[in-house]
Amino acid sequence: MWKYKKLIKNCVFYTLCLLVAVCCLFPFYWAIVSSLLDSAHLFSTELWPSKITLANYRHVFGDATFGSSFLNSVVVALLTTLLTLTVCLLAAYPLARHKFPGRKRVLMTALSVTTLPYVAVLSGMFELIRILDIYNEKAALVLSYMIITAPFTLWVMTNFMNSIPKEIEEAAIIDGASKYVILTKVFFPLLKPAVVTTGLLAFIAAWNEFLFALTFTLTNQARTVPVSLALFTGATQHELPWGLIMAASVIVTLPLVVLVVIFQRRIISGLTAGSVKG
Amino acid sequence: MQINFTPLGRKVKKTNFSHWAFLAPCLVVLVLSAGWPLLRTIYFSFTDATLDNLKETNFIGADNFISLVRDQDWWQAVLNTFVIAFVSVPMETVLGMVIALILHRNFRGRGLMRAIVLIPWTIPTIVSARMWAWMLNDVYGIVNELLLRASVIDSPIPWIASSSLSIVSIILVDVWKTTPYMALLLLAGLQSLPQDCFEAADVDGIPFGKSFARIILPLMKPTIIVAVIFRTLDAIRIFDLVYILSSGNSANATMSVYARKHLVDYTDVGFGSAAATALLFFIAFLSVFYVSFNRKKLYDVG
Repeated sequence: MWKYKKLIKNCVFYTLCLLVAVCCLFPFYWAIVSSLLDSAHLFSTELWPSKITLANYRHVFGDATFGSSFLNSVVVALLTTLLTLTVCLLAAYPLARHKFPGRKRVLMTALSVTTLPYVAVLSGMFELIRILDIYNEKAALVLSYMIITAPFTLWVMTNFMNSIPKEIEEAAIIDGASKYVILTKVFFPLLKPAVVTTGLLAFIAAWNEFLFALTFTLTNQARTVPVSLALFTGATQHELPWGLIMAASVIVTLPLVVLVVIFQRRIISGLTAGSVKG
Repeated sequence: MQINFTPLGRKVKKTNFSHWAFLAPCLVVLVLSAGWPLLRTIYFSFTDATLDNLKETNFIGADNFISLVRDQDWWQAVLNTFVIAFVSVPMETVLGMVIALILHRNFRGRGLMRAIVLIPWTIPTIVSARMWAWMLNDVYGIVNELLLRASVIDSPIPWIASSSLSIVSIILVDVWKTTPYMALLLLAGLQSLPQDCFEAADVDGIPFGKSFARIILPLMKPTIIVAVIFRTLDAIRIFDLVYILSSGNSANATMSVYARKHLVDYTDVGFGSAAATALLFFIAFLSVFYVSFNRKKLYDVG
């Protein structure tokens, strides 16, 4: 009797798992299926395609605009990640290891910046970008993405650094290490996991960003992938080249999915450390 | 050198400026990307600035705000925003809790399951919006096709094209996309609970429903509240999904979409900034709750 109960329980549990997995994966699966069909079969709604073609992918890769937006996305996301990590690593060090007046205020400010509506900095940022003369350039995107990545990274990095035992730092001080040496030679190796986590999160955030990229770029050459994907329109709603859009979507998403599958543990620890466990 | 204790154990107070040297680059970045633009936006909201003329602006007092309050479309946007936030966040919380409980259990394939659950969160919002717009397409979409085949509906539903249904689509996609994040926040909370509670309940043979209501839920309350407030603040600034799925229909705009439309498309920086400032006000109001609730946790950091 007891055994049956356990069996039923397990069945229910695994059915639930399956249901969740299908809900999470089906849209992406469907995008892949649609991207592999030619335009004649696109509207067939077969769950398992019988005849597939790579024509859409060939078309997307052959498209100069998509190529340049892809490159822009890579460059902007990498630069954003690099800049974010550099400034936040430096700043997290005193915030995590020392008590000084103004410390809490800095942390609280960073926390409140994470909740800002980004549209509220749009006009001020527009003016700043005009003054710096970087409109329609990558620098404009990197600068504006800082509002998304920096406060979050600072917060998570401070938490990570906080968890390093004080004895390690004290030993280095007694050995006569300077602050800079402590940060680069002692902390940095210990912080590698934190750097990977926050770096990934910053990269994903920059890769996916849409509002600033839409507003601060004008030409096809300067756009990032989300923007070109959004502006990909046919004459009417029904003439949208869905096969191409789906192929482009899959190409944009695949790198992220690979990263997530490899680094899921790291990403989850960073995501949760950033807010609730704060 | 920074040793805080003398041999007698008394604290030595020293003003140390090198802290601020380390902080400076980050503070500069935050001021340039957040602080300064924010102040300028608030300033612009009291002027007649346009996109072509940001320099010689005239101070016009609260005129922008007065016309904002008089604009029917603005209040529609406010309503839409709150409908989206207050419908999708509770749904995400419930579904997120279910997923968190699944992931909390020790079973074969747990790592795989975690990766699968994370995928909707990873997919860029624009891609999600496009994918779902394709699936929900009224003529060729798979959703209508499956519903028709299962005879749930008789004729295709115009999910995106109809303005009253497109808000349903927006909520649906938002829930799909953000539930994983919610689940992870709740999972972190579950894992920080004393695990012997779960074991004790299991040994005593208490049915799951009861142990959930009597043990897990009360213990999880602080985590749930923080996660809900955090997500609500995030939902109120929603932009990407709505921008794509409402296809420019102002009946479905949210506050962010409305503000950007006036700011960029109509080049009315003054008025757009006023709308953005109003949104900021809503968020600030709700943030007070969040920050006061999180303050306790903040002190754990230092």
